[in-house]
Amino acid sequence: MYKNDALEQIKKNKEIWEKENYTSLVRKHPERKKQFTNLSAININPIYTPLDIKNDNYTEKSGFPGSFPFLRGVHATMHRGRLWTMRQFAGFGSAEETNKRYKYLLEHGETGLSVAFDYPTLYGYDTDHPLSRGEFGKCGVAISSLKDMEILFQDIPIDKVTTSMTINGPAAIVWAFYIANAENRGISKDLIGGTIQNDILKEYIAQKSYIFPPEPSMRLIIDTFEYGSTQVPRWNTISISGYHIREAGSTAIQELAFTLGDGLEYVRWAMKRGLDIDQFAPRLSFFFNAHNDFFEEIAKYRAARRIWSREMKNLGAKKERSLLMRFHTQTAGCSLTAQQPEINIVRVTMQALAAVLGGTQSLHTNSMDEALALPSEKAVRIALRTQQIIAEETGVTHTIDPLGGSYYVEWLTDKMEEETYRYFERVEQLGGVIPAIEKGFFQREIAEAAYKYQKEIDNDERTIVGVNNFKTDEQIDIPILKMDEKGEDRQNKRLTNLRKNRNQQNIDRSLQQLRKAANGTENLMPYILNCVHDYATLGEICQVFRDEFGEYREPSLY
Amino acid sequence: MKRKIRVLIAKPGLDGHDRGAKIVARALRDAGMEVIYTGLHQTPAMIVEAAIQEDVDVVGLSLLSGAHMTLFVDVAVMLKEKGLDDVLLLGGGIIPKEDIPKLKKKGIAGVFGPGTPVEEIVDFVKKNVLQ
Repeated sequence: MYKNDALEQIKKNKEIWEKENYTSLVRKHPERKKQFTNLSAININPIYTPLDIKNDNYTEKSGFPGSFPFLRGVHATMHRGRLWTMRQFAGFGSAEETNKRYKYLLEHGETGLSVAFDYPTLYGYDTDHPLSRGEFGKCGVAISSLKDMEILFQDIPIDKVTTSMTINGPAAIVWAFYIANAENRGISKDLIGGTIQNDILKEYIAQKSYIFPPEPSMRLIIDTFEYGSTQVPRWNTISISGYHIREAGSTAIQELAFTLGDGLEYVRWAMKRGLDIDQFAPRLSFFFNAHNDFFEEIAKYRAARRIWSREMKNLGAKKERSLLMRFHTQTAGCSLTAQQPEINIVRVTMQALAAVLGGTQSLHTNSMDEALALPSEKAVRIALRTQQIIAEETGVTHTIDPLGGSYYVEWLTDKMEEETYRYFERVEQLGGVIPAIEKGFFQREIAEAAYKYQKEIDNDERTIVGVNNFKTDEQIDIPILKMDEKGEDRQNKRLTNLRKNRNQQNIDRSLQQLRKAANGTENLMPYILNCVHDYATLGEICQVFRDEFGEYREPSLY
Repeated sequence: MKRKIRVLIAKPGLDGHDRGAKIVARALRDAGMEVIYTGLHQTPAMIVEAAIQEDVDVVGLSLLSGAHMTLFVDVAVMLKEKGLDDVLLLGGGIIPKEDIPKLKKKGIAGVFGPGTPVEEIVDFVKKNVLQ
């Protein structure tokens, strides 16, 4: 971009500036820190100039939005054409309570639904399973059968709005509940749109809501890719995630590298099954965190787009839609504090802005009460308004990738890409993603980073406003969501009734057929759907898989 | 020579959030204690059994899923039933402040929520452990 002698001149002038302006000032008034490092421990310089960005061909390295390598955005018009989906993750108690919350959110302007399930559901247990005791509805909505799914989406136009479901171990089954409900409502499955998280690799690494061991889990996932690509074409059958890796304590570079690494692993497995990459790749989607370091997050999303499109091309993808790193973002829950919770609104705003400037397709903004409870109505309304203000009042969507060309952001994008490839190599050397998981590689990297971060806070090397500095003794009370105490009993009664009023013969037969198929190589989705239509419960279906696939036990290292 | 303080860090119930538990485990180890981490998905019975097996002085429970009133209390009751009255029982995670006095009544000596410096936990253990 710059002629060599222009660069030479800049270099000379920079050296003069460093000697005469910068160093002399630092000697008189030292900078606030000895080193300014970002959250990935990258040392950040006082100033970035044309010297810091490689003098490569713009079109090859950056290009235009909607064209390879998609650095500047996955679509040609980005937010000018369509704003990101405002998709607030929500769920608590029973299906009725959550249905109410979904209506509230839609009424207040969210444009996509996102389901949070409770722990028993995440682990494939019905509400009345002994291990579910005390856990019903606490972290999300309890869904034990198709009946619950019917109530969850009652009076909600699922032919017009898309739904994302954060479910992993039993993802195929919960997806089947959603599909069956749509079909029963007369909405054909080629019209429904949404996402299932369905990313088991990051469960072993970070979120920990796995059930079965890696091989059968991957089999189930590839089954969903296959089924979705022909039967439910508007559905993203996976949301390859970094959010949880980051929440567990990783750096931004680790989040980027581990997520994309997982993604490529899924692609390899699907290709091994014999699926055509251009058939399933367009429905792969991603999910990233939006943490505190504003520019690092933006650089991260940009680097992700460029790396993904390049690697997919290398794997043989020919269609442009197979190269797109389309992603949802959630602002960082782990960055929010119980102390002075109102100021979390400010943190979330900065993080949301980074996600928007980074070109996200979909966004969840956390509520200020994140560290205290599930979102109250007031808190989630403010979180939604945050997105709406960014969209309508700030003007940041007037142009695409506004930070493109910033010397700092381009340098940082390149740097993160470089560090990502370093991680790719290390994982290769360990034998690949699953061997690395079994060796505890990712888990150890994350635990190290988390510990380091905590020590920085405890040693006052890193300030968390309101926690280790700018504290207050004032008692700040904000409304806290209270859940219905009678919910668990009601749900158990519903399950008892359900089991009484079903055709037990049909269920026994469909579960038997499922068991047989589990031991074979056929696609399991049709078998799961049969069980679901007969009102077999989540627990009953998962038990078949637990019997046939076994359960995963992780090495408890710290 | 006084024996090292032995601590069991446990994750009761289905909750998979282990970032805090691992940090506390490591901090206590760095402070010179013997720490056993149970890993995830422990029932109260499994935790109490491990506490007996490992002959610990301290049991630390970490839970962010909201099921603490059931699971922490179960552990407290079981420890008492097994005669482990001397074990220092601590809790951490996401515990609403109105539940803390209820937990303390049941035998949980300290509850350490978000923002707690790890040194505070280390000091509390050193001060309150019965050996």
